[in-house]
Amino acid sequence: MSRALVLDTADEAVAGIEDGSTVLVGGFGLAGMPFDLIDALIRQGADDLTIVSNNAGNGTVGLAALLEAGRVRKVICSFPRQTDSYVFDGLYRAGKVALEVVPQGTLAERLRAAGAGIGAFFCPTGVGTPLAEGKETRVLGGRTFVLEYPISGDVALISAFKGDTLGNLVYRKTARNFGPVMATAARTVVAQVNEVVPAGSLDPEAVITPSIYVDRLVAVPARRYIVEGAR
Amino acid sequence: MAASSSIPKDHSAAIEHTDRGPLTADELAALIARDIPAGSYVNLGIGQPTRVADHLGPSSGVVLHTENGMLGMGPAAAGEQVDPDLINAGKLPVTELPGAAYFHHADSFAMMRGGHLDVCVLGAFQVSVTGDLANWHTGERDAIPAVGGAMDLAIGAKDVYVMMTLFTKDGAPKVVPACTYPLTGVRCVTRIYTDLAVLDVTPHGVVARQTFGASIAELQARLNITMDTP
Repeated sequence: MSRALVLDTADEAVAGIEDGSTVLVGGFGLAGMPFDLIDALIRQGADDLTIVSNNAGNGTVGLAALLEAGRVRKVICSFPRQTDSYVFDGLYRAGKVALEVVPQGTLAERLRAAGAGIGAFFCPTGVGTPLAEGKETRVLGGRTFVLEYPISGDVALISAFKGDTLGNLVYRKTARNFGPVMATAARTVVAQVNEVVPAGSLDPEAVITPSIYVDRLVAVPARRYIVEGAR
Repeated sequence: MAASSSIPKDHSAAIEHTDRGPLTADELAALIARDIPAGSYVNLGIGQPTRVADHLGPSSGVVLHTENGMLGMGPAAAGEQVDPDLINAGKLPVTELPGAAYFHHADSFAMMRGGHLDVCVLGAFQVSVTGDLANWHTGERDAIPAVGGAMDLAIGAKDVYVMMTLFTKDGAPKVVPACTYPLTGVRCVTRIYTDLAVLDVTPHGVVARQTFGASIAELQARLNITMDTP
């Protein structure tokens, strides 16, 4: 796709997401969670979504709010159960949302494979465990591996620190998490950033997600959210 | 830094410390910290293993990895230090040390899966005598499965240390002939640190390095497994 569109509102940034889409959602817990894009997606109304994210929502914000709105058919994640994942827990126990649990590194690598044009890969993680049941295995160099397939999205919603007007992104600390890899793995990549800066003002050596991956960009005010366990 | 002077020095032969009680959780954390080679790259699992960090001083040269994308993780953040963008794998606020580095998730787990980490310390429900690990699921039918990075850590680090009590609150052994809980990894645990004993898992079986508040013979009887001595 050509250069990223810099949009004025999160609502414009999520326009056109269709019912039944697979949506990659960045973030690890609340760090790197694209809150404003998710809130806009709730307003936009797309339904029957498959969500790919590390967790299945915290508290009642972000992904938890999307789940609570009843828009999610299936969650593919590594760690749904947390102390504050009560929205997901309730929906799951009521049979209202499907779940595919994937080891965290395998989740990241399946996204990476999708973005890098890899058809499938043999992975040592999970061999001999319930998460490898029914999957093809192969012994390579005396070690057993399990065949894992890519996960691609129709849309990726990610959060970064700054973006330039071409769509180059830089992140901040551990909020980087899934952003760079999800940015490679979806047909349409939407990034919310704290600030959009002119092309040329980011250090090219420090760009983490090159502009080629980013389709839509919107600046949102930094959100000061509560950190679990903060003292 | 808690005092670790009460922990006896390691010896080449197994030592039965029957003149004292079992190790406290803090003593156990100190013992593990002392056994981690200086300069190692180490991942500490969520829960009890994070206590090991309290006993790794700057002089240890140990670099902590957190799987959400950081090397050089510092102590827990408090007050003004709390930054929502800087958290550990347990999603608690932490700090960064000089020389820290950030990276994305695929890199973080490539680091792990690729065998670059020297040691990881994990909690466990059960460990088998062949080093199988069960630490992610109790097998209850209505439990919501959540694996996180446990399986990646179990098969990734060069040495996988387990930190746990040797028996459940109900007295059931947690070192077992074969795990009854769903597995996290197969033949992956290299050493088991517990309140009552430190055990090596070798190709020839379980080897007792040290015991605390119990003899090897007593533990063998209670566990119903065979243990060698070094």
